[in-house]
Amino acid sequence: MKRKRAESPAEGLSELQRRIGALLKTQKLAVLSSQGPDGPYGSLVAFAETPDLKQLLFATTRSTRKYNNLCGNPRVALLIDNRSNRESDFYRAMAVTAIGEAREVAAQERETPVSLYLTKHPRLTDFLSSPSCALFCVGVETYLSVSRFQNVQELQIKA
Amino acid sequence: MNYVLPLAEIGSETHARVGGKAWALARMLQHGSTVPDGVCILTDAYHEYVRRTGLQTGILMALNRKNLEGARWEELWDTALHIRALFRKTPLPTELRRALAAVLAPYIDGKPVAVRSSSPGEDDAQSSFAGLHASYLNVIGMEAVLDRTRAVWASLWSDAALLYRRELKLDVAKSAMAVVIQELQAGEKSGVAFGMNPNDPSQCIIEAVHGLNQGLEDGTLDPDRWILERDSGRQLSHTAATRSHAVALNAQGVGVEPLPPALRKKAPLTNGEVCAVYDSVREMERLFGSPQDMEWTWCGHRLDLLQSRPITTLASKDPKDPRGWYLSLRRSFANLKHLREQIETIHIPALIEEAQELAQRDLSTLRDTALEAECRRRAEIYSKWHRIYWDDFIPFAHGMRLFGVAYNEALQPSDPFEFMEVLVQGDLESLARNRLLDQMAARVRSDAALATQLSAGESGNPEFQTSLKRFHEKYGGLLSGGSDPAKGSDPVVRLVLEMAKGPPRTPARAGQNKQVLEARFLAEYGNGKRLEAEELLDLARASYRLRDDDNIYLGRVKAELLRAQEALQQRRGTAAPLADGVPGEIDRLNALRNPAETREARASGVRESLDFRMATRQIVGHPAGPGIATGRARVIEKVSDLVDVKAGEILVCDAVDPNMTFVIPLAAGIVERRGGMLIHGAIIAREYGLPCVTGVADATNIVRTGDRVTVDGYLGIVIIGEATLRPISAG
Repeated sequence: MKRKRAESPAEGLSELQRRIGALLKTQKLAVLSSQGPDGPYGSLVAFAETPDLKQLLFATTRSTRKYNNLCGNPRVALLIDNRSNRESDFYRAMAVTAIGEAREVAAQERETPVSLYLTKHPRLTDFLSSPSCALFCVGVETYLSVSRFQNVQELQIKA
Repeated sequence: MNYVLPLAEIGSETHARVGGKAWALARMLQHGSTVPDGVCILTDAYHEYVRRTGLQTGILMALNRKNLEGARWEELWDTALHIRALFRKTPLPTELRRALAAVLAPYIDGKPVAVRSSSPGEDDAQSSFAGLHASYLNVIGMEAVLDRTRAVWASLWSDAALLYRRELKLDVAKSAMAVVIQELQAGEKSGVAFGMNPNDPSQCIIEAVHGLNQGLEDGTLDPDRWILERDSGRQLSHTAATRSHAVALNAQGVGVEPLPPALRKKAPLTNGEVCAVYDSVREMERLFGSPQDMEWTWCGHRLDLLQSRPITTLASKDPKDPRGWYLSLRRSFANLKHLREQIETIHIPALIEEAQELAQRDLSTLRDTALEAECRRRAEIYSKWHRIYWDDFIPFAHGMRLFGVAYNEALQPSDPFEFMEVLVQGDLESLARNRLLDQMAARVRSDAALATQLSAGESGNPEFQTSLKRFHEKYGGLLSGGSDPAKGSDPVVRLVLEMAKGPPRTPARAGQNKQVLEARFLAEYGNGKRLEAEELLDLARASYRLRDDDNIYLGRVKAELLRAQEALQQRRGTAAPLADGVPGEIDRLNALRNPAETREARASGVRESLDFRMATRQIVGHPAGPGIATGRARVIEKVSDLVDVKAGEILVCDAVDPNMTFVIPLAAGIVERRGGMLIHGAIIAREYGLPCVTGVADATNIVRTGDRVTVDGYLGIVIIGEATLRPISAG
């Protein structure tokens, strides 16, 4: 019965926010879409979210194609979902696409984001502290939430 | 895996796998009662079938496409029909088929059998539900038996079962259906016995008909009825029925046939036979430990017991629970034929006549007290017709469903709603009304001077005035009760002016395949059954037509009531509603909606906070009219909003009533909160070939007038905001 409320197309803003927040909290990986000189590119990244949902964090080494792409074009989309590769995904899974702009976190402002990121991914401490690794922060502009197969709702973050 | 058990071998360890009916029959047989011999296909076979074929996922998808909590009966029927089509399209896996055929062969062996549902949990004392699932009689041959077995399995998800899904604890992963296959007993007289009268615990009731008891179960036949003293079996009364027909076996299964004259005069049971039935039902009570609802048949001098279960508690004590009324909508062909005659020859002519009589009355000559009395009289007249609408008109809509089931059984189409195409017709009363509007629009279109006059608020030339007068006489204005004085001129004229801006629009696209599909349907029936099939189609068309027309006729009476009320209000100089006004548009079916949904809808107003803004981009409903259209949304919240509709807009409304469909020729698409293929919005959309999506929860809350909306009537999706759909190419 709890699910019913969550799935109404007319749910309120706070309910949508709650659902998106809950999904981000429970998921560790996201599919990052970037755009490079040769076209679009998708990759799996470990992400973390700020409590206000306004920013998403992920790390990558600087020798990757995605790093290159982001240097050239910071526009990104991240797909986060809770599918389980079962038939029930078709009506039970929820997917959220975050659209925004990514920028590398500068050395002097790393403390809070690093702490946030490592709280969610403690095993990535060594990876993140490597000089070859870059921490990115995505300023989210819009979340698009898809549930029950085709119902789509949009959560815009005001500038 | 052993999928089949003979009734005689069913023990308590298999109770959960054989279902309530088989379990009770086995106990009766083992107790020594005369029960037709048979076997039970265990629930394991059902599980194997739905899991091995992936059908379980299909059922899950169908049930979860929309939240059923807020679904109306039409939507539940659509869902059930869709699931039934999935079962029909999914053959038995080869191994399962082979295993079943091998064990069933000796029992079937060319003999006619009964294939009956036996649902686990259905017949226990807590939830005794009669008639939620399917059973078939006179099934001959392995193919037919296995085919009917799948149909019985599918009825686990029948609309009636979905209505009681909570009580039945329906769960796609766990629920299953067993099937009883029994020798067919073609009894000469049959009936039911209630070990305890639900209204008087000191009594028993026995009901009996000549022939088979199918006619009694579905209300086709009126039974003879005996009331007995429960303790002694003493007869307290016998009420004879008008015995004219009986249900008998025929080549297609069973059918209603005229009763020979000699039997018409004869009660189905002798006193001795009544006593024997009484003894049996009391014996079953001792066996099962509670008063029983028992079905039986007499074959010669032998009383066969067909079924016994605890007295059904289906009829809820809660008068607000509308599900019993919903179940009563499932009428038989004979019952609907009778209903049609009553509606067409008595109700509709009387309704039209009464509306005319009211329309001819000059209210201005009445003194105040007489006008008040007239208002009360009109309220009573409207109430009376409103009641008839619920009691007779709405149940008659079941004619379409009956045809739909027969059509799907005969043709097995991939689209379970293809039958609607056969019913489309151009002679609906609402379409005739729209044609009159079209004619007036055509005059305006071709006469610039007339258009200018009308736009300036003048009354136009005499020809136009005559047409307008005729329209008002026939349809009583468009906005009965919803006219908004602030909006000024006659709504009919405003509508006609808007219509004249665009090209003429007539129902043209719909029903293209009608003749082909009709011929295909009739060809499925041999000579013996062709007449019956034609009759059923004719009944369904009448049902389709009347579903729309009756609202138009009722609308005229309502308009007349409102005319009188408005006149009285004007004299009193008050706009306050009258105390004895229109009986509320009580939508009993609305009670089927979960109250929580309504609360939620009201709470959905908050869409913006300091940091966030939310918008719904896409909603899923039911596809009810194929096609895609994009346009500006026009949300209809009250009747007077209808006159603001502009050509090319998408109508977004809670529920379309045929009295509102005069704006359809202007619309590019329809989005409706109410769901189902048989609702008015879907019917009129099909007539005009408009894309239509129904069952969109909170449609009028989510969409705002002016939003750009795309209606995908193929998939049942509504997209709000700039459409990104590309036009569908012919290739």
